[in-house]
Amino acid sequence: MTRKDSAPKAGRRKFLTGFVAAGAATAVTPPAALAAEAAPPAGPPRAPSALPPSALVAAAETQTPRELARVPGIPGSDFMVDVIKTLDIRYCPSNCASSYRAIHESLINYGGNRMPEFLSCTHEESAVGMAHGYFKVAGKPLMTLCHGTVGLQHASMGIYNAWCDRVPVIVVGGNDMDAAHRPPGVPTFHSAQDINALVRDFTKWDDTPVSLQHFAQSFVRAYKIAMTPPYGPVMISLDAGLQQEPMKEHGGEKPYIPRYVPTAPPQGDSGAVKEAARLLAAAHSPLIIADRAARTPNGVALLVQLAELLQARVIDQQGRMNFPRTHYLIAPPSAVGSGDVILGLELSDFWGTVNSHTDNGANGGIGADASRIKPGTRLIGISSVELNTKANYQDFQRFQVVDVPMAGDAEATLPALIEAVKSAISNQQKAAIAKRGEAARKAHADNKARTRAAAALAWDASPVSTARLCMETYAAVKDLDWSLVASEGNVSNWPNRLWPIEKHHQWLGRSGGYGVGYGAPASVGAALANRDLGRFSVAIQSDGDLMYAPGVLWTAVKHRIPLLSVMHNNRAWHQETMHVQRLSNFRNRVANLGGDLGPVGTSIMNPDIEYHKLAESMGWWAKGPIKDPAQLGPALKEAVAVVKSGQPALLNVWTQPR
Amino acid sequence: MNVIPSAARNLLFATGVLFVPLALAAGSAEKGKTVYVKHGCWQCHGYMGQGGIAGKKLAPEPMPLEAMSAFVRNTNGAMPPYQEAILSDADLADIHAWLQSLPKARDYKQIPLLNP
Repeated sequence: MTRKDSAPKAGRRKFLTGFVAAGAATAVTPPAALAAEAAPPAGPPRAPSALPPSALVAAAETQTPRELARVPGIPGSDFMVDVIKTLDIRYCPSNCASSYRAIHESLINYGGNRMPEFLSCTHEESAVGMAHGYFKVAGKPLMTLCHGTVGLQHASMGIYNAWCDRVPVIVVGGNDMDAAHRPPGVPTFHSAQDINALVRDFTKWDDTPVSLQHFAQSFVRAYKIAMTPPYGPVMISLDAGLQQEPMKEHGGEKPYIPRYVPTAPPQGDSGAVKEAARLLAAAHSPLIIADRAARTPNGVALLVQLAELLQARVIDQQGRMNFPRTHYLIAPPSAVGSGDVILGLELSDFWGTVNSHTDNGANGGIGADASRIKPGTRLIGISSVELNTKANYQDFQRFQVVDVPMAGDAEATLPALIEAVKSAISNQQKAAIAKRGEAARKAHADNKARTRAAAALAWDASPVSTARLCMETYAAVKDLDWSLVASEGNVSNWPNRLWPIEKHHQWLGRSGGYGVGYGAPASVGAALANRDLGRFSVAIQSDGDLMYAPGVLWTAVKHRIPLLSVMHNNRAWHQETMHVQRLSNFRNRVANLGGDLGPVGTSIMNPDIEYHKLAESMGWWAKGPIKDPAQLGPALKEAVAVVKSGQPALLNVWTQPR
Repeated sequence: MNVIPSAARNLLFATGVLFVPLALAAGSAEKGKTVYVKHGCWQCHGYMGQGGIAGKKLAPEPMPLEAMSAFVRNTNGAMPPYQEAILSDADLADIHAWLQSLPKARDYKQIPLLNP
């Protein structure tokens, strides 16, 4: 693909006069200071080399161009900023990169660094993770800029998490398409025919605009697609030439900016909704299971309404905060076997919900499968993801036969389903339904007592038990408008079992793709959104997660994002610790610990990382390592006061493994 | 709390495993603490045998040694088995002795943070 007018008569290619490659035949005169270094050897011109860039070429990437020709007219990237400003994009967390330098300059100078505000990130994966976490609080997407090759490679795992977690992120990658004119050396290493191909398997949509008008349409379309359920990340390749060249008329007219009109989310088919209501109304023990069902606080209210109408217990798989943990109809995962009609709402794994897989080495090492539901149980599914499944990555999980499957957004379908259920319930059924509620209240009370008794075990242990960690933290924030922005690393799910999570923003779900390294940046992104809403953000931060890209700690300080980060430091990638131990046992071998506590390659110890010092070095208030549970409460009190003053604070707590 | 799932327990009884008098000597609690960590029991059950989302509670009040041994050797569930080649009877007895030595858990009703 090339621009309509690729002849370098004016503008961009003269703008790039300072970039010259050693040995390349070029009509451009190098600046005097570089000329000596650039002088070709005697004899015929050298053929292009596959060797790494010379000092001169590297200098083109690392030094400031000395003589920049002025670009006449309005820079294309200024128009791009005009387009972006029509959408409600508040921030642009990014790691700077030359392939998008023109739009970078336009954003901060022409655009005044507002809507969006550029946030300095130290890693592209952190930038995407911040956008991921931000959306789950604000309900609005962010955009991020990156190099289309090396930057996008860094960003890709974060994008995969966003894809699996159904979160919109607008990723814009800089690229220089015109091979005949782009600077050789580093800028060419940083170019590709199709940068979007890298993430096409796990983005909803992508485009490569070839004109400013095309960009305007693509950007608004990207926003619209990302924000139509099922939400998801989108990708735009942004040509360096298009950014840097002056605006041109398009078909005799100046480019226009299309108006963004949100698309109504898809709803389940009315006939299928009616059939689902009939089954639910007639059920003896209806069960609702929700994963990413509540996109908004209204989704929670709707789910409560449906559950109470049916007196149906609800298993919340916690992809979002779907159902209040304090409600008597909340049920643990083990309740799945109790239903005779099961309504699955935006389940990421319907098969895994109604079946179990035991990793016990049976069947030649594959493991054993078993059903978790009674024979004859009827299954109803409402999921928007059915509209957007791709073939390569396996996030669609194993195939499950569902009796009434609906391709539609669960939250958007719930009002119609509620009305249909109201119509389907007969007067005779009402007494039986009320009786179900009594049984659910008792089951809820019993479960609550069992859970607290379990939490009391090892309460005074050192390292600190995960139950103690969570409840000390809760005690420190409970009187604030708190939001648990991340809980990565597995603390035996105590927050969901013990904290009175009732509001949509109090639990944000997890990474989606289980790409470790989500917790730290998502916490900072979510805390940014909470800051703007006046809320207090708290994260339970695991050690392994933090070490993927700890530079996001600096971003939090740089942009004054208050966050209380309480570490679940079990000094391991503990899931892998258990995996390797398991395989050792299956093979009847003693696990090689190599001087650590867990099998070789799974521990983060010897030496122990002093996360509090790491955080302090980037401007955080921090304390640790805390090993004695009695010290945790007072330290939390101090940390909360710091966060309330507007600064981030971290406590490095040594914990039990799970 | 019984940590042998009912199906596994039935199987053990059916095969007579639980009736076999095991020659398990009383172990050393002191050694047991070390062996418990060395063999990775802590990974799923916690350093104090308290259990969690990855493993059942082992302590306080562990199941009888014979039952624990039968389970550890024959489990076909989520927990991987430990054969004698990797965990001796003597080590197992030491682990059991240590689990047995652990004090009873506090009553959750007496812990203010668990009754907010």
